[in-house]
Amino acid sequence: MTINHMNFFKPKHQKNRNISLIMGVLFFSIGIIDFYLNNYFNTNITSFLPRIINFFTPLIFGVIGLHLIRIEFSGIKILDSLNKNINTTNFNAALSVSIILLIIFGLPPLLNWLILDANFAGDTKEACTGGGACWVYIKVWFNRFMYGMYPNAEQWRVNVTFIGVLVFMAAGFFVPTKLKNYLSLYYVLILPLISFFLIFYLISGGDTEISFAFIASIIYFFLCFFIPSKKAKLYFFSFVPLLYIFLSLRLGESAYLAIPGLLWVETGAWGGLSLTFMVSFFSLIFCFPLGMMLALGRRSNLPIVKYSSLSFIEFWRGVPLITVLFMSAVMFPMFLPDGTYVDKLIRVVVAITLFEAAYTAEVIRGGLQALPRGQYDAAKSLGMGYWRMHVFVILPQALKLVIPGIANTFLALIKDTPLIFVVGLLELVGMLNLAKTNPKWLGFSMEGYVFAGIIFWIICYSMSKYSQKLELKYKTDR
Amino acid sequence: MKLKKILPQLLTLLFIVLVFGFFTMNAQENMGARGLEFGFGFLKTQASFDIQFSLIDYDGSHTYARAYLVGLLNTLLVAFIGIILATLLGAIVGVARLSPNYLIRKTASFYIEFFRNIPLLLQIFFWYFAALRALPMLEDAPMLLNSSFMTIKGLYTPAPIWTNFDVFFTTIIIAMIVIFFFAKYAKKKQEQEGKRLPVLIISLSIFIGLPLLTFLIGGVDLSWSFPVIRQMSASSYTFDGGLKIPPELIALTLALTLYTTTFIAENVRAGIQGIGKGQKEAAASIGLTQSQVLKLVIMPQALRIIIPPTTNQYLNLTKNSSLAAAIAYPDLVLVFAGTAMMQTGRAIEIVGITMATYLTISLGISLLMNWYNKRIAIQEK
Repeated sequence: MTINHMNFFKPKHQKNRNISLIMGVLFFSIGIIDFYLNNYFNTNITSFLPRIINFFTPLIFGVIGLHLIRIEFSGIKILDSLNKNINTTNFNAALSVSIILLIIFGLPPLLNWLILDANFAGDTKEACTGGGACWVYIKVWFNRFMYGMYPNAEQWRVNVTFIGVLVFMAAGFFVPTKLKNYLSLYYVLILPLISFFLIFYLISGGDTEISFAFIASIIYFFLCFFIPSKKAKLYFFSFVPLLYIFLSLRLGESAYLAIPGLLWVETGAWGGLSLTFMVSFFSLIFCFPLGMMLALGRRSNLPIVKYSSLSFIEFWRGVPLITVLFMSAVMFPMFLPDGTYVDKLIRVVVAITLFEAAYTAEVIRGGLQALPRGQYDAAKSLGMGYWRMHVFVILPQALKLVIPGIANTFLALIKDTPLIFVVGLLELVGMLNLAKTNPKWLGFSMEGYVFAGIIFWIICYSMSKYSQKLELKYKTDR
Repeated sequence: MKLKKILPQLLTLLFIVLVFGFFTMNAQENMGARGLEFGFGFLKTQASFDIQFSLIDYDGSHTYARAYLVGLLNTLLVAFIGIILATLLGAIVGVARLSPNYLIRKTASFYIEFFRNIPLLLQIFFWYFAALRALPMLEDAPMLLNSSFMTIKGLYTPAPIWTNFDVFFTTIIIAMIVIFFFAKYAKKKQEQEGKRLPVLIISLSIFIGLPLLTFLIGGVDLSWSFPVIRQMSASSYTFDGGLKIPPELIALTLALTLYTTTFIAENVRAGIQGIGKGQKEAAASIGLTQSQVLKLVIMPQALRIIIPPTTNQYLNLTKNSSLAAAIAYPDLVLVFAGTAMMQTGRAIEIVGITMATYLTISLGISLLMNWYNKRIAIQEK
């Protein structure tokens, strides 16, 4: 009785159920129909009511309708689950009706603009006649949005590089168990090197000159591996730098081997979504080793190492990325010897790498802290030193734990990358702003932003779902 | 053994000294070549550039230091509005995600997944270049709430005109102090005698009543200046009176709020979910009412989980407000690291000051946070 004291016109007996149900559905439908007609046919069937009430009629009718069909244990399955899910109290009913009305209000115009009234065919601005979005604009500019000003004929190089890096990254999952111990070394040292060479030779291209001294030293270095005695091996290895210095002094600067490469594409021409990926992806790969060193440094018990890592981390975490980019653009050249020119893209990648390394360090530190003390003690009791313990025992476990955290950092990194427009690099969002000002294609900024939004959303959403899944998986593993 | 401890530290120190030394040497050389001398004297010279939007008096005749202050205040303004709105909205959305109502729950999670997965810069551009550009021109703008106009050039609202504002402001501060001591007194009384005073109602009446009194006896008066449209020439219009809120500020605040809300909402959800069901049941079983359960048992514990990550989001919002530079809202980065640097060419000093400012804000808030965390941490005996 006390619970139902507010339901004054609700039938108390199940025998009135059907009447109440019919009345409820009727009220609810009147509310919805009234709203629909109001919005899309400009007719108001409830105009006889006072103005203030008139505005809220759909809501009021809807709530009354839902109130009437709120019958406990009605015996109808669908009705029961409906009541349980969207119609528990009058307040909840009001919220549900508001959301239904909002969907009716918003969804059809949105669909019309996005798909039904939109223009897909044609390749000039004139093809866009309907009231909807002009997707022709995206179609025409698609290559620019993806590759920036990179020459059309050379775009396969960008694709090949990305596939190559992905393959090398995935390769870590399929190594034989014998090599698994070295996996963290592979990801931290070898993968960055491979990716660097891929970018250098494929995306950038151009002829390269390698000095004979360098080649000779490298050959000597690899020959050293074939020396059987361990002691002699080390002895011969130590001659590598000496040999290099001696040879380069002897042969001079003219002794270069010119290797013909692909057509050179300057970094100013790189752009679009591929640049977004390039900057975020390679910053991530490069910031990983640095972040790891910082994380270890922060947990070290040597005061100078600890506090210098700490202040490095706190410094980069305390400033916005945009000021870091400003720094790389205007302040950094002042710190280099006069006449040195470092490419804009490299400066940006270095800046983002330093910035992101601080965040990665904190993530990795979390993983290190999560490991039980017993792991450290066990490794030490086997007589392992600091580096051996970390490389073979601690890091492989800790890095597995931080994969979701790294995925989140990468997500934040992708979302931060559009900021590189401040130094004049045009990735996807920057290209949109450039295309928007093209006199032939004025007035399509909305389409551009919606397109970029959809692309970013798909990338980030799928990645965040994946990282959540990983997080759950590792939680149950432990 | 000793060597093992000293050598890495020495190497680190050497590395740091070498890097810094190399940079300083080059910087000195470069600045010398350009005829610049390191120093902050330029802050006292005349800035001679205009800033579109300023909270304090400023024009080209003021100094660079003043321009810096204008930029800093603009940054803090956006951060302040954004933090308040994002907190309110975040609390609502966070609770909505746990609602028993299916529609509400799904709407909230749709909102969160939608806005958190799109780069903030893109959202700012969207609001500024696409959404707000679709607003009507000054002369076509409809009147909202009989007082304001939402136009392509910004929002025009009535501006308050105060007389004796200082009296009013002082009273508010006095009211806050009185409430503080009253709350302390009430708590003491409850601990000693077990009596509960209606703290909330009395505090609210003090907070509203005292400032209202000043209208009667303090000589405080408030009137509104409404924006009125005026035709300047055949096709150009302007508004007289009122307060103009520039579209840059609206777009930036909107984007920052909508973006940060998603993160705060997730924090709120995690905080509420983090409280065990047993807590609720135990509180109910000792006879607390529904609102007492929420106020005395759930909230104090949930806040302990919610506040630290939320402060982090406040920091992020403040740092993200530097994206203002992208749509020419005159914040610290645009005014100081942008315009002022172009004019003076003092890259090192200006970027240094800008970074130091953000660093101070960040470190200050994290120190505050650590202090707070220590205060509310569960005291285990």
